[in-house]
Amino acid sequence: MIGEIIDWFTSSANWQGADGVPTRVLQHLGYVLLALVLASVIAVPIGLYVGHTGRGGVLLVGSGNVIRALPTLGLVTFLFLLFTDSDVAAIIGLVVLAIPPILAGTYAGLQAVDRAVVDAAEGMGMRGGQRLWQIEVPIALPLVLGGVRNAVLQLVATAAVAAYVGLGGLGRYLLDGLAILDYGEVAAGAILTALLAIVLDVVLAAVQRALVPRGVRLAEAGAKKEVSA
Amino acid sequence: MLERRAFAADLDYGRAGPSRGEWAMGIEFRGVTKKYPDGTVAVDDLNLTIEDGTITVFVGPSGCGKTTSLRMINRMVEPTSGTILLDGADVRDSDPALLRRGIGYVIQHAGLFPHRTVLSNVATVPLLSGWEKRKARERAAELLETVGLPAELGKRYPAQLSGGQQQRVGVARALAADSPVLLMDEPFSAVDPVVREGLQDELLRLQSQLGKTIVFVTHDIDEAVRLGDKVAVLRVGGRLAQYGTPADVLRHPVDDFVAGFVGKDRGYRGLSFLSAGDVLVEDVPTVRVGSAPGESTDWRLAVNDEGEPRGWLPPSSTVDGDLSESDLLAGGSLYQQGTPIRGALDAALSSPASLGVVVDADGKAIGVVTARQVLDVIENHPQGVTR
Repeated sequence: MIGEIIDWFTSSANWQGADGVPTRVLQHLGYVLLALVLASVIAVPIGLYVGHTGRGGVLLVGSGNVIRALPTLGLVTFLFLLFTDSDVAAIIGLVVLAIPPILAGTYAGLQAVDRAVVDAAEGMGMRGGQRLWQIEVPIALPLVLGGVRNAVLQLVATAAVAAYVGLGGLGRYLLDGLAILDYGEVAAGAILTALLAIVLDVVLAAVQRALVPRGVRLAEAGAKKEVSA
Repeated sequence: MLERRAFAADLDYGRAGPSRGEWAMGIEFRGVTKKYPDGTVAVDDLNLTIEDGTITVFVGPSGCGKTTSLRMINRMVEPTSGTILLDGADVRDSDPALLRRGIGYVIQHAGLFPHRTVLSNVATVPLLSGWEKRKARERAAELLETVGLPAELGKRYPAQLSGGQQQRVGVARALAADSPVLLMDEPFSAVDPVVREGLQDELLRLQSQLGKTIVFVTHDIDEAVRLGDKVAVLRVGGRLAQYGTPADVLRHPVDDFVAGFVGKDRGYRGLSFLSAGDVLVEDVPTVRVGSAPGESTDWRLAVNDEGEPRGWLPPSSTVDGDLSESDLLAGGSLYQQGTPIRGALDAALSSPASLGVVVDADGKAIGVVTARQVLDVIENHPQGVTR
């Protein structure tokens, strides 16, 4: 088994052309990023609105749970039958998958902002938008980005479904390998998917470190120290 | 370490009336009621005039509507009926955000913005009002000094400050707008008692310089009496029980509720408003720490080379060689001359020799008083305990 995997990875044929690793990784990455952007465009504004105004929180949490319960593969198959278009079906399926973690992260991030801080911002004479962008969003950033990281991990894992509706990406190795009982290829697809997930998470962790304001990190570290003390 | 305590000498205990800032303005509540949709009445027909340039304290048990009343001034809460006038103008005629930028606001736990440095926290309102960044930061740096914080703290983040320092930054931030009115909602109740006392001293010192119109909410009657020029005692259900000077409220509570709320030792607290001007300071035999004390059948006060009291040497005690501090009994509290008589009584009661040590503004011992002498002054005071 190990030998088959090594053979697969060392075969130069697997690194070239339309079915080569670079192409498949880029396709996979493309689905993930497209779905992530679309999901963020939908989920972040809703999360900000609900978190800022406090209106519709129960509805948001409830519908988030309902969406989470949808099986992605079933949804993609259904959408494929509905639209008879692989791209639309796969992307909508992935977007639906990515919305709940981003929505939950954004909403939870704003909810977690200290009430005294929000009260002070309002009492200082900040208008709603100033309070949201200058105070709430920077403080909520760790949880918002945490939601994004969750979404990315799920997207990388699930983007393989694109292959079920005839598209590319790393899912191809899984399906094609299974079809011809080439377990080396199947394992290689799984390994590549896992590696991609790890690399993306490391990149996002760096982005998070760069974006989260220093004072917020200090406050988090302080809060942890107090809890452990 | 950075909790600088104001010296008692800085405080004008007599406070006949703080100097009035030229920007000061009064606040008037006219028939103000706040009723919530569930039927709870938070504030019930409040009528009250807050004089400009004074500290007015709203005090009462929880649920008495003191915070709600405060928050209606800057429209964080809108009254159900009635009017609040700020310098004669209905607050509801102003845009809420603009109104708030013109009113300083300090809350419990400070509510500092964790992602901003101390300096930019303090610069919040000037920046909102469209000041240049450089000017706003200069102003913020000045204010850190005003509230007794070292300039290098400006670069830190709130998480790197102690609770007392955070509260000072909160005060500096509220002062940044140069607003004539300052609203303070239980600003010191989350810090420990020693720091709280320092912050109270500091507030009184600031007020003697700035002469703002300060509305201060607390549930602590001691704090109310200590800080207020006027105290408004509110009862549960949001009704004003009594409004007057602290001495008045302590001396003449209008009913059992106020009497109960101001507490059993209100007679003693009232001494905070009585000057000890007439009390006789008597000489006391002293010995110097570091020199041979000799023999005596009297209580002797040990002082150091600067003349500051270090403790007591009991009568007929024997000391081998020179007197060291370990030979002494710890002294009681010290009474600084010119401060209210409450301190003199406490000094006498807490002294092992039953003699209260009186010091001057530099901390040098100038004599002693007995509890009997202090009580004589209190009993002979013509108006009783008043300001």
